[in-house]
Amino acid sequence: MTVVESSAVDLSSWPPERLRQMLFDMVQARRNSERFFALQRQGRAGTSAPITGQEATVVGAAHALDPTTDWIVPQYREQVALARFGEEVLATHCLYNRGHPAGSAYPEHVRVFPAQISLAAQIPQALGLAWGMQLRKEQGVAAVFFGDGSSSEGDFYEAGNFAGVLKAPLIMVLVNNQWAISTPTSKQTAAATFADKAKAFGIPGIRVDGNDVIAVHDVVAEARTRALAGNGPTLIEAFTFRMGYHTTADDPSRYVPEDQAREWAERDPIPRFTARLTNAALWSEADSTEALRRADETFDRLFAAAEANSPMPDAFFNHVFANPPQRLLDQRHAFNEGREQ
Amino acid sequence: MTMVEAIRSTLHNEMAREERMIMLGQDIGLNGGVFRATDGLQAEFGAHRVVDTPLAEAVIVGTSVGLAAAGMIPVPEIQFSPFAWQAWHQIAGQVARLRQRSQGRHGMPITIRMPFGGGVRAPELHQESIVAQFANVPGLKIVCPASAADARGLLASSIRDPDPVIFLEPLRGYRMIKGDVPDGDHLVPLGVASLVVPGNDVVVITWSAQVEVARKAAALVAAETGATIAVLDLRCLVPLDVAAIAAIVDQCGRAVVVDEGPLTSSFAAEVIATIQEECFYSLEAPVARVTGYDTPFPTGLLEDGFVPDVDRVARALRRTLDARP
Repeated sequence: MTVVESSAVDLSSWPPERLRQMLFDMVQARRNSERFFALQRQGRAGTSAPITGQEATVVGAAHALDPTTDWIVPQYREQVALARFGEEVLATHCLYNRGHPAGSAYPEHVRVFPAQISLAAQIPQALGLAWGMQLRKEQGVAAVFFGDGSSSEGDFYEAGNFAGVLKAPLIMVLVNNQWAISTPTSKQTAAATFADKAKAFGIPGIRVDGNDVIAVHDVVAEARTRALAGNGPTLIEAFTFRMGYHTTADDPSRYVPEDQAREWAERDPIPRFTARLTNAALWSEADSTEALRRADETFDRLFAAAEANSPMPDAFFNHVFANPPQRLLDQRHAFNEGREQ
Repeated sequence: MTMVEAIRSTLHNEMAREERMIMLGQDIGLNGGVFRATDGLQAEFGAHRVVDTPLAEAVIVGTSVGLAAAGMIPVPEIQFSPFAWQAWHQIAGQVARLRQRSQGRHGMPITIRMPFGGGVRAPELHQESIVAQFANVPGLKIVCPASAADARGLLASSIRDPDPVIFLEPLRGYRMIKGDVPDGDHLVPLGVASLVVPGNDVVVITWSAQVEVARKAAALVAAETGATIAVLDLRCLVPLDVAAIAAIVDQCGRAVVVDEGPLTSSFAAEVIATIQEECFYSLEAPVARVTGYDTPFPTGLLEDGFVPDVDRVARALRRTLDARP
């Protein structure tokens, strides 16, 4: 296992616009979560899972990937932070949080897999995507996100194990935010780190400071290079903290110790990266204000479109099958007749 | 040709026809499958297309989801049907739902093959009639051939179908069921039942290995009573051929449904509910069902009492023929 504490790289080797974009994406991600939270309280959106505190992990990883060739296989918290893969991700996620049946239907060119609620089930699926690309000789990787809690599921072990055997171009991003709702990591595992579990898969395991966007970017970029060279998967443990609620239905003050919350608030990835870019003369307070304004403008536009998009009442019959059985067609017909009466 | 040879040769033909097809499962490559259903295929098509996986059912089905999304046509094998429990969340929670969740983008052209039903005194959790469970999962098609020819025609149709199919191969019929199999590209459409024995007085409705049991019971009781007894092989439980069920029950007025699974919430119950909706005024007797019992599938020494046999089906036929209002 390798530990990457923090990036020491000289930012001067980075294109300034890329650095600014990453910070913008982080600010926007948090803003999106706040907006969904407020809309849930107003009854205009359903339960959602805020990204607050974990923005550097998702944005850093997404920026190390190529949206035209690589797949992101998310769980359910990352979607607000995937601007790198196109505005359509947030547009679709607005539908998701509205309870619209197209809420996981990303357009054909957006290489983001539907949200996963059955925890860890996405890991074998991401492996299948990676393996499929390998078989079809496509140059791309699949990056799958899951949490410390999900790592207790059998699918994590089954997929990690088989990924090692296949040497598939898979990047497993284990987002250790230290809490699975109210369950701390000490109750998930007796292992010293989650990255240690890579040893059993015969693949590299790396623990990285998940609140350092540059460090996350670099380890994911390195894993991607290794995968594309045919050298197989990597397990990356991004060590971070869920600063907010598990979901809109949760109250973390019941279980997160106050001193832990305080300690991690000081390591908040957004002020941290803001300070870094400000010191490098790449960001100003005006940029922060402008970033929030732009985030709100985008959110307002996309959420308004989602609110205007009402599914037909019988839309739950759509796409169950490519060729629906007559029996299902009859049920749909009866459903619609019942409504008309 | 035996059932297992029909399956093996059809897998061969489909692999040759469709280069995106990939087979994966436990011991299917080097060993050719524990029933030899994939014998020789790895040698011919390579270890990258006929893949020996780790012993992990959830990852066999879970990777099939991703492979399908990447444009492949996966045909995973579950070595024995009760092992499917270890992939249940991927089958019921994922494979069956992804087409809808992606609004058609991620179709799941996956055919999950597994041996089905009892009768060979296999160790516990190696044989079971897991079918009602699958039938209660919207988004899956369920295909259960009873003859070697149908094994070819239905398997080829399943592999080419854009929807996920649970393909149930009759375990005790692998070598016992034999018959002529059309050469080459033989397709049997999904959702079309087969009236394997015509008749006018009562019909036995069943599927998979029980079709042979039904034929024998029908012949026995027909010889005893002079009644003409029909046998309808459903071939597919989803899509269910409601029209064929209604037509033959309307014609006979009496029906017996045979299902190897436990009684309560059996697929037979679904067939009977359908009959009373479609044929209530044609019925001349209560519809009987012959099923397993509401117990775990018994160990080898007791399994003959559990799995419907000719005697139990014959008794149900006599009772149904004798019934008078």
